[in-house]
Amino acid sequence: MIEKPEDIARQPQQAAGQKLEGQGAQGSELAIDLRGVSKAFGPVQANKNIFMSVKRNSIHGIVGENGAGKSTLMSILYGFYHADAGEIFVNGAKVQIKDSSHALELGIGMVHQHFMLVDNFTVLENIILGAEGGFLLAKSLKAARDEMERLAKDYGLEVDPDALVEDLSVGQQQRVEILKALYRGAEVLIMDEPTGVLTPTEADHLFKIFEQLRAQGKTIILITHKLREIMAITDSVSVMRRGEIVTTLETSKTSPDNLAELMVGRRVEMDAQKTRGNPAKKVLEVKNLSMTDELGVPRVKNVSFDVRAGEIVGIAGVAGNGQSQLLEVISGMDEPLLGEIWINGSRVEFEGSRTAAHVRHLGLAHVPEDRLKTGLVAQFEEWENSILGYSEEPKYGPGQILSLRAAREEADRRIEKFDIRPPNCRLKTANFSGGNQQKIVLAREMDRELDILVVGQPTRGVDIGAIEFIHKQIVAMRDAGKAVLLVSVELDEIRALSDRVLVMFDGKIVTELSPDASEREFGLSMAGVDPHEDADTDTSGANPDLKEGAQ
Amino acid sequence: MNFFSDVILMLDSSIRLAVPILLACLAGLYSERSGIVDIGLEGKMLGAAFAAAAIAAVTGSAWLGLLAAIFVSSGMAMIHAIASINMRGNQIISGVALNFLALGATVFVGHSWFKRGGSTPNLGTDARFSPIELPFAEQLGGIPIVGEIYEQLISGHNLIVYVAFLAVPVTAWVLFRTRFGLRLRAVGENPTALDTAGISVTKLRYQALIIGGILCGLAGAYLSTGQGASFSDNMTAGRGFIALAALIFAKWRPVPALWTCLLFGVLSAAQIRLQGVEFPLIGEVPVQAIQALPYILTVVLLAGFIGRSVAPKAVGQPYIKER
Repeated sequence: MIEKPEDIARQPQQAAGQKLEGQGAQGSELAIDLRGVSKAFGPVQANKNIFMSVKRNSIHGIVGENGAGKSTLMSILYGFYHADAGEIFVNGAKVQIKDSSHALELGIGMVHQHFMLVDNFTVLENIILGAEGGFLLAKSLKAARDEMERLAKDYGLEVDPDALVEDLSVGQQQRVEILKALYRGAEVLIMDEPTGVLTPTEADHLFKIFEQLRAQGKTIILITHKLREIMAITDSVSVMRRGEIVTTLETSKTSPDNLAELMVGRRVEMDAQKTRGNPAKKVLEVKNLSMTDELGVPRVKNVSFDVRAGEIVGIAGVAGNGQSQLLEVISGMDEPLLGEIWINGSRVEFEGSRTAAHVRHLGLAHVPEDRLKTGLVAQFEEWENSILGYSEEPKYGPGQILSLRAAREEADRRIEKFDIRPPNCRLKTANFSGGNQQKIVLAREMDRELDILVVGQPTRGVDIGAIEFIHKQIVAMRDAGKAVLLVSVELDEIRALSDRVLVMFDGKIVTELSPDASEREFGLSMAGVDPHEDADTDTSGANPDLKEGAQ
Repeated sequence: MNFFSDVILMLDSSIRLAVPILLACLAGLYSERSGIVDIGLEGKMLGAAFAAAAIAAVTGSAWLGLLAAIFVSSGMAMIHAIASINMRGNQIISGVALNFLALGATVFVGHSWFKRGGSTPNLGTDARFSPIELPFAEQLGGIPIVGEIYEQLISGHNLIVYVAFLAVPVTAWVLFRTRFGLRLRAVGENPTALDTAGISVTKLRYQALIIGGILCGLAGAYLSTGQGASFSDNMTAGRGFIALAALIFAKWRPVPALWTCLLFGVLSAAQIRLQGVEFPLIGEVPVQAIQALPYILTVVLLAGFIGRSVAPKAVGQPYIKER
């Protein structure tokens, strides 16, 4: 970069053009070209004979289910692993990428799914780490500060350089990761599942950053399993399945249905194709519920609703609007400030840590939002998690003594019933994929006598095949006459499954909508405006735009 | 005036008592900042103390003793490094093993070498680090207070004392102002971040443990050839563990580590003073109770006033590349 920052800011297109010309002289318009790359981990063939080319100055998507080999492929490109076979060309030149620092030298930067940041370092310290440029820090800190200002101006990557990373929001931390890669001169940016941890607003901002990066000549490789993102932002897309590239397409010449089919290799029902529910008596009643978090911030504000047997009630909303706290109170993990909860006509008594068990006795089963934090012990064998929280039931043995045989037999039965793979109840839970871990929790909570199922984010980080299965199970519960309360930030999921939808915003229920309500109605209510009341007010805020634009 | 010189004397002995703990504490700081638990400070110090006394006794040179101390202590650090970095073993177990190894081996080797029940012969002045008179100490000693502090408190220690106190600002500077320090702090918090930035986690941790080994070597040599004049069985007497506690109290920071170690020094010096003193109402307190006082007070202070002390996040976990 010889140009002054101001010049670039004023004429981004021209700068990008010059860049292209300059590199075109090196002989290739392909930033990355993989030819026959293979990689095996022991007996598992993670990547098989991969051919993939990525044009410079484009956004290239890679989609595939969990475990399809996307991350492995990118880790090879980033020098984290070495390919067993195949050739890698960067800007037309054949390279052997030795390690991550070599990849960085070649202009390849990667933003991992789990951020590689030091939490108690400042943003600046994180950015210079590994690229200090000398024994003393003072000079490089100064240089990084200037460079950050320039990058912030060029790409909309504003972050306070002196803030501690642990104090930043997830979206800002991701910006630090991108800045880190750019600071090292990355021309190709690999983004691994970048929106998995972001709110829709943050995701929207991220996509704007991507567009700015592309406008200035950078190349982006976007790994995701969200088809919506592929459609919204990429120029071309490669579909991976079981370690192989199935096909590479121009995004404009494909559709989400088509991609989904290619990913799983068969037609997927994006809708659960359910019949209408058949609501009967009230099972769960929530009356004027309010709660504050440990810092005293009100999270749920005077919420009332009920769920009847034989219906699925969905709670929609942008993440962080009180849904998680509402779930925690209903499932007995936290206490309300005010209000009452009634299950099957009995009032829930809140008595500290015993409440969760008490709520279960009343007939409530709870699939928590975060399976690894609250649903499972990752270090346990599968069967141990299968009885977690229910181990005192007499069928698992008398008193304090566990009947291992009874517990494992039941675990095996559930493994079969819920198609948990691999079918081995002695395997450590951490070794199951995300989708199968989720099935372990679902099996534990659903495979018993219950009247109401409370499910949070049932398919977060789960591949499409498992999503379909989980959706069917939830609908089957409803059809068996159980009440279901479903909380999800995936609007598609809420609309596909629910009989009624409650939309939460800022701790309150804004309105109730039919799952068939329009995009606009959902968009407005998720931004806090009741579409029934303000039918003619045109508040085209950021959120409705995002929803429609992303379709 | 009598009281003033009493205070000076006590502070003077506080400094002497604080030095080995301070050195060990800084050694632990480098190691733990890199993500390796260093419970073996005690053992390394003990091994170094023996090596220094034995070599100094045989050669008559304090410097060769010091070299031997550093060699032994660094060697033990390398055993710890291989066990915990390359073999990804449990760092606590490796450290405890080093402690026991040092405790047994020093006595065993010492006894078969010098036939004195595990102790080494008394060292002559050449074989020890002798006090250094700072310039103009005598002349300035006449000036009340300032001069007296200079002559009696600051001047007249041996070389290792000055090195120990100098090591504090140097460590602070290295940690917060240099590339090595930035990487050292990062590797103890999030080694994966460092690895993806293209820096070798293994190499960095080895460097940190070597520095720790050298500092423990100095601490051991100080005990047997600076402060004392021979090695005796288990002469570290838990100082390595106190250093570890001080490290936590100091929240893994060099300057607070200095104050913490000085506090322990003051408590130890007070303990020596209080032996045999008649207390009002209580009378004479058994000497064992008095000797335990600095340790008890250290624990109480550490437990009571520590506040939130967060260890480097990756400490104790072997680094394994994901997948």
